[in-house]
Amino acid sequence: MGPVIELWTALPVVIQIVIKILAIMLPLMIMVAYYTYAERKVISYMQVRVGPNRVGFFGWRLWGLGQPIADAVKLMFKEIIIPTGANKLLFLIAPTLAIGPALAAWAVFPFDAGLVLADINAGLLYILAMTSLGVYGVIIAGWASNSKYALLGAIRSAAQIVSYEIAMGFALVGVLVAAGSLNLGDIVEAQQGGLGLLHWFWLPLLPLFLVYFISGVAETNRAPFDVAEGESEIVAGFHVEYSGMAFAVFFLAEYANMILIAALSALMFLGGWLSPLPESWSEDSVLLGDGFHWLLLKTFGFMFLFLWFRATFPRYRYDQIMRLGWKVFIPITIVWIVVVAVMRMAQMPWWFN
Amino acid sequence: MSFEKFLFYVFAAFLVFAATMVITRRNPVHSVLFLVLAFFNSAGLWMLAEAEFLAIALVLVYVGAVMVLFLFVVMMLDINIAELRAGFVRNAPVAFIVALLMGIELVMVVGSGRFGLDVVAAPASKPADYSNTEELGVALFTEHLYAFEIAAVILLVGIVAAIGLTMRRRPETKYQDPALQAAVKASDRLRVVKMDVEGKA
Repeated sequence: MGPVIELWTALPVVIQIVIKILAIMLPLMIMVAYYTYAERKVISYMQVRVGPNRVGFFGWRLWGLGQPIADAVKLMFKEIIIPTGANKLLFLIAPTLAIGPALAAWAVFPFDAGLVLADINAGLLYILAMTSLGVYGVIIAGWASNSKYALLGAIRSAAQIVSYEIAMGFALVGVLVAAGSLNLGDIVEAQQGGLGLLHWFWLPLLPLFLVYFISGVAETNRAPFDVAEGESEIVAGFHVEYSGMAFAVFFLAEYANMILIAALSALMFLGGWLSPLPESWSEDSVLLGDGFHWLLLKTFGFMFLFLWFRATFPRYRYDQIMRLGWKVFIPITIVWIVVVAVMRMAQMPWWFN
Repeated sequence: MSFEKFLFYVFAAFLVFAATMVITRRNPVHSVLFLVLAFFNSAGLWMLAEAEFLAIALVLVYVGAVMVLFLFVVMMLDINIAELRAGFVRNAPVAFIVALLMGIELVMVVGSGRFGLDVVAAPASKPADYSNTEELGVALFTEHLYAFEIAAVILLVGIVAAIGLTMRRRPETKYQDPALQAAVKASDRLRVVKMDVEGKA
């Protein structure tokens, strides 16, 4: 390892950062591609179908594992049609505005103790700020398309995202009160304890945990909150006019956002990379002890929930979405922030002592 | 020129450019988007001034929420631009005088005589582990607690007033109550009747 580390430190800082960014982005993009495949397969099996099983590699079918790559290649070679009367510049900027924040948020995400691109103090605030920017892609796409369906989808999405952002922000305030820090690494460290999963924040913050994840589903415009697309009412909502790679970028952004919400839920409520087993069982073992593989496992669990929701729940009606956000979630979070503050002041065992 | 100084000028140039575009673009949606760009660049400037909480809060609150609602409203408006620009020439001299006065006042207040480096020394930069957010929170909830609470109450009164002004009770309108609809159970709608088989089986 000696020469490798020497070579690494000899590189200019800018190059080092670029390599780190690539080390996050490339696996993320592959995960996004195969998440779409997983979605089709999972929903297929839930509906007693087989799902994509034809496209493989070199004559081997391999359960259709080549499907996402074939889809990507197809989308890349399709024409991007720009509608007449569309605002051309904004029409093309919108997809990048959707995916930019979804990727930028990963900059402060810790993958293991100390394994983070930018270890900043206000990490949680940064994440909130970045996830709140994703809505611009949707709004601008809807407006620039010069289409009624797209505009309707954009307006629905804007109102929904702004509403659920408040509940989400309040849920994160609870996490911040419990952990006493805005740094994501410190939030995970605050969940450490001898009893494994009983020390994680999901237990004292259970209502906030549920509110956060459900708001996350609403924030990413996923079923049952996918009225921004609402194909039975407004065709495909904000991206109805998009084709080819411009559409694919919206698709990538949606899935990247889902992975981000899943990973953040795992980080803030399920102890991130901490092992769920009691310390006395897991301290000597690499596999059972703390490590990145636990974070990955928890994230996959949440990612599966997104797919399960989509296969299970019918779409919410719009006024019911608004009621759920404003009249149910926000009061719950406000009450529970006070409860968390009291628990913390009383140094309640065993999370806060 | 240090890298930070270079960044400052980049942000400042974009900020001035975006601010100019906000007031000169004909299309109000473009104006709002340029205002978003202006907010981003001022957030960058604040970040350079080591005020990371303010910078992130600006992006979070203004760009992420306020401007989205702004855009929401502006997109729905059908603005007649010719009508808006009708009085431009007539009102231009007044606007020019007001702008000039404001410019002079600004120079008098923040001119180099009061804020130059020889009057106020540049603050020493803090180490990397210094948490601006934490310091701000401590100051806000100890020293300035009353001011903070009063500001919160004023905002609350503002919200209540805005809702009170715009809410109309119209008893003749029929509407659904989603809370009742969401709470409905199968037994409210469906009655399962047990009965014997009729006729010859």
